[in-house]
Amino acid sequence: MARPRRASACRPRREEKRLGVHLSGEATVDQSRRDFLFIATGAAAAVAAGATVWPLIDQMNPDASTLALSSTEIDLGAVPEGQILTVKWRGKPVFVRHRTKKEIEEAQNTPLNELRDPQSDAQRVKKPEWLIVIGVCTHLGCIPLGHQGKYDGWFCPCHGSVYDTSGRIRQGPAPANLEVPEYAFLSDSKVRIG
Amino acid sequence: MIRLRTIALASAALLGFAAFAPAGFAANEQPSPPPANEAKQGASQPTPPTEAGEEQPSPTRQSWSFSGLFGTYDQAQLQRGFKVYHDVCANCHSLSIPFRTLSDPTGPGFSDAQVKALAATYQVTDTEPNDKGEYAKRPGRPSDLIPGPYPNPEAAAAALGKAPPDMSTLVKARKYERGFPWFIFDALPFDQYQEVGADYVYAVLNGYTKADDLNWNLYYPGHKIAMPKPLSDGQVDYTDGTPTTVAQYARDVVSFLYWASEPTLVERKKIGMRVMVFLIVLSALLYFTKKRVWEKAH
Amino acid sequence: MSGTSTYVPKSALGKWFESRLPIIGLVHSSFVAYPTPRNLNYLWTFGAILSFMLAAQIVTGVILAMHYVPQANLAFDSVEHIMRDVNYGWLLRYLHSNGASMFFFAVYAHIFRGIYYGSYKAPREVLWILGVIIYLLMMATAFMGYVLPWGQMSFWGATVITNLFSAIPLVGKSIATWLWGGYAVGDPTLNRFFSLHYLLPFMIAGVVVLHVWALHVVGQNNPDGVEVKNVARDTVAFTPYATLKDVFGLAVFLIVYAWFVFYIPNYLGDADNYIKANPLQTPARIVPEWYLLPFYAILRAIPNKLLGVIALFSAIALLAFLPWLDTSPVRSAKYRPVFRVFFWAFVAVCLGLGWLGSQEITDAYVLAARILAICYFAFFLVVLPLLGLLETTRPLPPSIADAVLARTKGGSANVAVGPAEKSAV
Repeated sequence: MARPRRASACRPRREEKRLGVHLSGEATVDQSRRDFLFIATGAAAAVAAGATVWPLIDQMNPDASTLALSSTEIDLGAVPEGQILTVKWRGKPVFVRHRTKKEIEEAQNTPLNELRDPQSDAQRVKKPEWLIVIGVCTHLGCIPLGHQGKYDGWFCPCHGSVYDTSGRIRQGPAPANLEVPEYAFLSDSKVRIG
Repeated sequence: MIRLRTIALASAALLGFAAFAPAGFAANEQPSPPPANEAKQGASQPTPPTEAGEEQPSPTRQSWSFSGLFGTYDQAQLQRGFKVYHDVCANCHSLSIPFRTLSDPTGPGFSDAQVKALAATYQVTDTEPNDKGEYAKRPGRPSDLIPGPYPNPEAAAAALGKAPPDMSTLVKARKYERGFPWFIFDALPFDQYQEVGADYVYAVLNGYTKADDLNWNLYYPGHKIAMPKPLSDGQVDYTDGTPTTVAQYARDVVSFLYWASEPTLVERKKIGMRVMVFLIVLSALLYFTKKRVWEKAH
Repeated sequence: MSGTSTYVPKSALGKWFESRLPIIGLVHSSFVAYPTPRNLNYLWTFGAILSFMLAAQIVTGVILAMHYVPQANLAFDSVEHIMRDVNYGWLLRYLHSNGASMFFFAVYAHIFRGIYYGSYKAPREVLWILGVIIYLLMMATAFMGYVLPWGQMSFWGATVITNLFSAIPLVGKSIATWLWGGYAVGDPTLNRFFSLHYLLPFMIAGVVVLHVWALHVVGQNNPDGVEVKNVARDTVAFTPYATLKDVFGLAVFLIVYAWFVFYIPNYLGDADNYIKANPLQTPARIVPEWYLLPFYAILRAIPNKLLGVIALFSAIALLAFLPWLDTSPVRSAKYRPVFRVFFWAFVAVCLGLGWLGSQEITDAYVLAARILAICYFAFFLVVLPLLGLLETTRPLPPSIADAVLARTKGGSANVAVGPAEKSAV
């Protein structure tokens, strides 16, 4: 068995070209029909590849069982004034804070121009005694500690971000206030998050 | 040389016979007795011997809305089937699917409010302890699995003698032997037969033909079935005027269970049709492209 | 993979890169300029189809592993979760489970093509043996994959196959225990099978690279079984000729694949595998997947545990010795009239064994399985060695080009092959 490959060097260049390239100088009518065929085939193959990729990507999105868990109901009766309840919602902690009069006043009386991410307290709560925020530091995702820091709001131990009693960023590297999730009061003592 | 070839041919013929003879014998063993139900008759089937050496008829092929190239579920039928499941089967069998899937628009298609109300009629034990460290009971939510009648198969076995199988994949988990050569035809387009499990379950539900023995079933292998006759005429109320007969209950509940085991069937067949048409066009294009290019090679 | 590349990059960047890592030249010489015999038929497209299937199985498998849980209590439910909740999970799972069957369908077409056209003969023995190794790895991978859904057939299939090793004298029991990681198939078994099922496909891919490398060293066999003599006359360039033919063959193959996935996805599977594994209850009949049935029939045909296992493994191992068992100097069955008959008889034997492997054990079936098992071994150990010495073969065409010409001209006597053809007919 000799090695026939060597000779392939002298094969006509045109045969080594890819689809859609002229294979020989034939009549132009035939040529354009051929080009059309090649383009149609190539396009169809490209569509097939594209359509195949989508299920492979979409499978990483949240599945039906995850989406079904996207809301949770909380009983507020069990949270005394001054306490923070932590509940799990969509895999993250949500802080439900039963604020004291003093805390509400502090939150409401803070001038907006002192804030990095200006938001009034009224924009962040539905009932002043209940502050509901997602307990994830807006810096890099750590969980801040309650009743700590200069403003007695939250303090993030990872990089020192300080939040006030309305969950607004006051000091440290975090760029934004603690996020307020979508929620609704179902009754005086019941709230649905999500 | 010629002689050698003759010998080879003869031995090949012999081998071929040896290979398929048992199959042929099995397929022709006995004709299948007429079905005991009023269903539409499909192709006749051979009856293979059972493990116990006893024989029983093969189930009859039914026509189902979900069979064939364009099969879909009949929403009203699935809702009736769910009612039969809920009122009868659920007393002993679990069905481990989430409530939320009952609102699947290609399935039973109950409204979200109906599903929520249904889920709330069940008591569900939380999977995680609450802040007191207890696994609290609470009303069910659409995201919960439908709770079974027993906490585990052992409890069911203790109460009933034998644990009834979970119904979430029941129809896919049942079959009957089709035998040679039917099993080949079953795979081919336009006659593809993928509902053997449904036909088997349907046949069993209709197979309690001995009034004096409620555990005797015509279609169950060996005839002695642990589940006593579950359905009787008029047992479940239908509000849409559908006849309340055992045959109709069986048809509806089997359809429902088929959906429960294969909830993506409608989407699958819809996408499948597009894929098939597309691939056929692509193959044709490739064939002509290939021909064009190869013209130059000769 | 086919010797010195003749590829010359056009751009400056291309030249810069090629002088540092000549990978484009390698690809060019292997898959573009590579000369393929011009008389290859569509059976030769199964090589490309198999490459595609390996890639498809790896891609869908890696994705399924993102959702699957290899834990005895959760495995079955996690598969149902994939089928019901994961976006397109049903599609990916059916693609993967039916893909295994399509993979084997293609590999059997590939193997039988190799036997029919004598593709294992010198100088392609190493190429062939690498193929047998791939086939063995495929069987191991498929078997372990079948265990993962943890249905009744998964569990009992795993029990039966791992018990094969307990037939080994003295150490058999210890080996079985070692395989299980316990006293029976259980959680540790499932975990290691998952790990190995993930690993083996990449080992297959590695051997495939060697297989393709070996192929490109010796060149492809062809339906006439004569070597390439004149590259310009006997061959065409891999791209676009073979590439397009392969892609067309693949597209047709995909139609069949899609038919299974979208319309009869559970046809090749066993209903019992939709029942969660129960270590206390054996299904009425244990049947392996269809592609292992002939070997299973051979195992059951022999009433002795150890001998049955030996027969099972030697039935597979014999394939590796084909290049030396077949004594005929002529490759293609086209020119071996008697071999051709035996070949089809052998195919019938394999199909017959497959059928018997799926049936319940009765005296008649056992007898039939014994006859066919003897035929199976006789084909390798008696027919092939003797036939090469006794058979009168038809004259070979002088070259591939002559064979092609003879065919396009309708086999009339006006071409070089004419006289030879005539005397043979």
